[in-house]
Amino acid sequence: MKTALNESTIFKVSRRDFLKSTSMSMSGLLLGISFSCSDTSKKLMGNPEYVFSPNLFITLSGNGDVTLIAHRSEMGTGIRTSLPLVIADEMEADWNRIKIVQATGDEKYGDQNTDGSYSVRMFFTPLRKAGATVRYLLEQAAAKEWGVDVKECKAQNHEVIHTSGKSLGYGYLAEKAAALPLPDEGSVVLKSPKDFKYITKQSSIVDLKDIVTGKAKFGLDNNHLPNTKVAVIKRNPEPGAGLKSFNADKAMQVPGVIKVFTMKPPGFPTYLNKPLGGVVVVAENTWAALEGRKAVEVSWSKGINGDYDSKAYNNDMLKRSKEKGKIRREAGQVEKGLANAKKVIEADYMVPLLSHTPMETPCALAHTHDNVCEVWAPVQDPQGTRKTLAEALGMDLKDVTVNVTLLGGAFGRKSKPDFVVEAALISKEMGTPVKILWTREDDIQHDFYHFPAAQYLKVGIDENNKVTSWLHRSVFPPIDGTSNAKANEASGAELSMGMIDIPYAIDNVCCETQVAQAKTRIGWLRSVANIHHTYAVGCTLDEVAEARGVDPIQNMLDLLGTDRMIDFASLSSEFWNYGEKIEDFPWSTARFRNVIETAREKSNWGKNLPKGTGQGFAAHRSFLTYVACVVEVTVDANNKIKIPKVDYVVDCGVPVNPERIKAQFEGGAAFAASLALKSEITVSKGAVQQSNFHNYLVGRMSDSPYETAVHIVESNEKPTGVGEPPVPPFIPALCNAIYKATGKRIRQLPVRLA
Amino acid sequence: MANYQLNINGETRAVEAVPNTPLLWILRDNLGLTGTKYGCGVAQCGACTVHMDGAAVRSCSTPVSTVGTKKITTIEGLASNDSLHPVQEAWVQENVPQCGYCQSGQIMSAAALIEKNPAPTDEEIEAAMSGNICRCGTYERIRKAIKRASNTAAK
Repeated sequence: MKTALNESTIFKVSRRDFLKSTSMSMSGLLLGISFSCSDTSKKLMGNPEYVFSPNLFITLSGNGDVTLIAHRSEMGTGIRTSLPLVIADEMEADWNRIKIVQATGDEKYGDQNTDGSYSVRMFFTPLRKAGATVRYLLEQAAAKEWGVDVKECKAQNHEVIHTSGKSLGYGYLAEKAAALPLPDEGSVVLKSPKDFKYITKQSSIVDLKDIVTGKAKFGLDNNHLPNTKVAVIKRNPEPGAGLKSFNADKAMQVPGVIKVFTMKPPGFPTYLNKPLGGVVVVAENTWAALEGRKAVEVSWSKGINGDYDSKAYNNDMLKRSKEKGKIRREAGQVEKGLANAKKVIEADYMVPLLSHTPMETPCALAHTHDNVCEVWAPVQDPQGTRKTLAEALGMDLKDVTVNVTLLGGAFGRKSKPDFVVEAALISKEMGTPVKILWTREDDIQHDFYHFPAAQYLKVGIDENNKVTSWLHRSVFPPIDGTSNAKANEASGAELSMGMIDIPYAIDNVCCETQVAQAKTRIGWLRSVANIHHTYAVGCTLDEVAEARGVDPIQNMLDLLGTDRMIDFASLSSEFWNYGEKIEDFPWSTARFRNVIETAREKSNWGKNLPKGTGQGFAAHRSFLTYVACVVEVTVDANNKIKIPKVDYVVDCGVPVNPERIKAQFEGGAAFAASLALKSEITVSKGAVQQSNFHNYLVGRMSDSPYETAVHIVESNEKPTGVGEPPVPPFIPALCNAIYKATGKRIRQLPVRLA
Repeated sequence: MANYQLNINGETRAVEAVPNTPLLWILRDNLGLTGTKYGCGVAQCGACTVHMDGAAVRSCSTPVSTVGTKKITTIEGLASNDSLHPVQEAWVQENVPQCGYCQSGQIMSAAALIEKNPAPTDEEIEAAMSGNICRCGTYERIRKAIKRASNTAAK
């Protein structure tokens, strides 16, 4: 649905833009070509000044240079490379002749909100069509030039070649192609996958050399605006709560401090896009701003979450997870099934608040002046940022420009533009360009955290060793609670991430939730509710296997039943298929089975391992991508956990950029290991108790997998994303491996063995 | 405010700053050398790593007043002319970066390690790199790249 919508947006817009650019081309200069015209000649260049922009994403100039627009945000997934290479492949352009330009936030590009592992899924086909349309026009232009049938002409590596051997370069053809009418979509033929040159082939990211030489520009690396000031904000430790009073006398004495003023806190709920407010310190340089902030004396008000204590809150959620809740998916009679069961497995699982902590903290450069605003910022959602800025500043959308820098990691944090709004408002107040820096303390203490979650599972097995009943209760405050106080129970979409979307053929199923009010800002973290649901479900399945006396992989295959497409709409009215129609992206148990069976084979599952070592398994479909995961751990006498080997099997449809898919899975394993083994946010009296990497722990090299093997299923299915899907199954696979190595079940994260 | 003559990437650079200003902000704010990154401000993450007389130091926790005449090398000064440093070259060969933000610091830590220890073991690599966090999780490739660079350096 989301994909189809964006396809139509792009094509409507690009068609209009095409007409605009072709009419403009009529005023172009005549060609000044001095190449010979014999039939063996190669004409490469046209008028180097000439620019052919057949659609929003592609520009071909008369000298043959191609500029492609990257409209999705680059936060480490490689999307700035992967989508342009899709265009280049269909266009038969030479990758070495291509320059990538990052789009500003603008609706004309279609969806730019880089989250939900959407980018490749949403834009693979539209961008193939965009590239293929240009290839078609260039072939037509060459045929016309030569006066031959277009069937005798073939675009290949930046040239159109005639069957006779003569050729014309893309630069030469640019202006001629621009004069041709745009073909209807039906006459443009996409490449056969066997002819792909870049798609499904290896490719390095376009920013690689800039990154290793320190030239790549992230959020705070633009120094081009004279007289830029630096701002930091002292915020109430309780998000959204107010300010009683402040004294800036000492701060103003710090050399370099220019101004200290307040920004109004929003109260709670805070909304996803509003600044938290507080006391703003603006200085000539970063150090002065930081020293000035230290010197500000502030007295904060208590807000409605002033008594929030995460331990008590989590215990309460856990207690209520044992009570009958609101039914969100139901089949058969779970209570009766459990009552008749021969064996019953019962377990609860806790996941704490978790912070994103991208290496680059939230930051931005903004210049608000003369009723316009321009920002340079590492944002996942450039259009949302633009809209939010326009609203906050009372400006028209057209007067707001959002330049997207590289994102130094994001993981969901930078989909919220609160920090960019801060920069823009402060710039307006100062009348100068302003950079805002969030320190690591700001980041860890004022994040949009991953939900704290309590879950309870009860599974019944009958006298035939068959699983007959599955009860799952999940209690966590929904993301909507950050914007709406009435939203106090998990949404259907959140539950479709690992809870109500379980594919197992069990007669009696009941999925329930309980009310949980958000007490701090909650937001999506890489793979969102899949994190806690898949942890609980994956660990429970391991216990079920043990109770049945069956190997865990065989257990999952038994539960999966016969190959089928699951009609989830008939199982729960709340089922959400990651924004897509189930007809377009079905839930195929055959594809799921295939990744599971492949993982069994590739991981050497069940091999003999020494004491203190274990293999664990889990599998999950999230964001429409099927993943199976086997983790091997060793646990030494001091309870130090090491992860020597991980095997992933991934079916993400056509693997558009296998090298980056592999990178996402390696990184996803390390990210998940970090969540499971290290990280925890706690809150006391409304304030987060962690402040920096000494007490909010994240995975370092020694905590991370030593070797991650990524086995990619060859497929011609529609491609789906890989940014988030590595995370969910890793955590239960790790916990199940720890159980094998130590005999201890992990019912609470982070893992604590001592 | 005080005046300092710093030796940065082989050039003498004059800066005026408050003595306790961390070298990180001198590099970024005063000298426009933005390849060195802020990550934590308290020497916990390694994003700000530079070389001081060849040793890896955290510039976020190195006051400018303590630098004196010591030679500072930043990521911008690691390559000589047009040829990348062997560690940078290894980073390219192994396709290490994802978002890339921490990689300046990772590369500077790795280059200092290789300089001291041309053939580090896995344990030595883990020990030397334990102060550098990568949230994208490129650790496997960092280890591989260091090994690749160390083989080059040993030849």
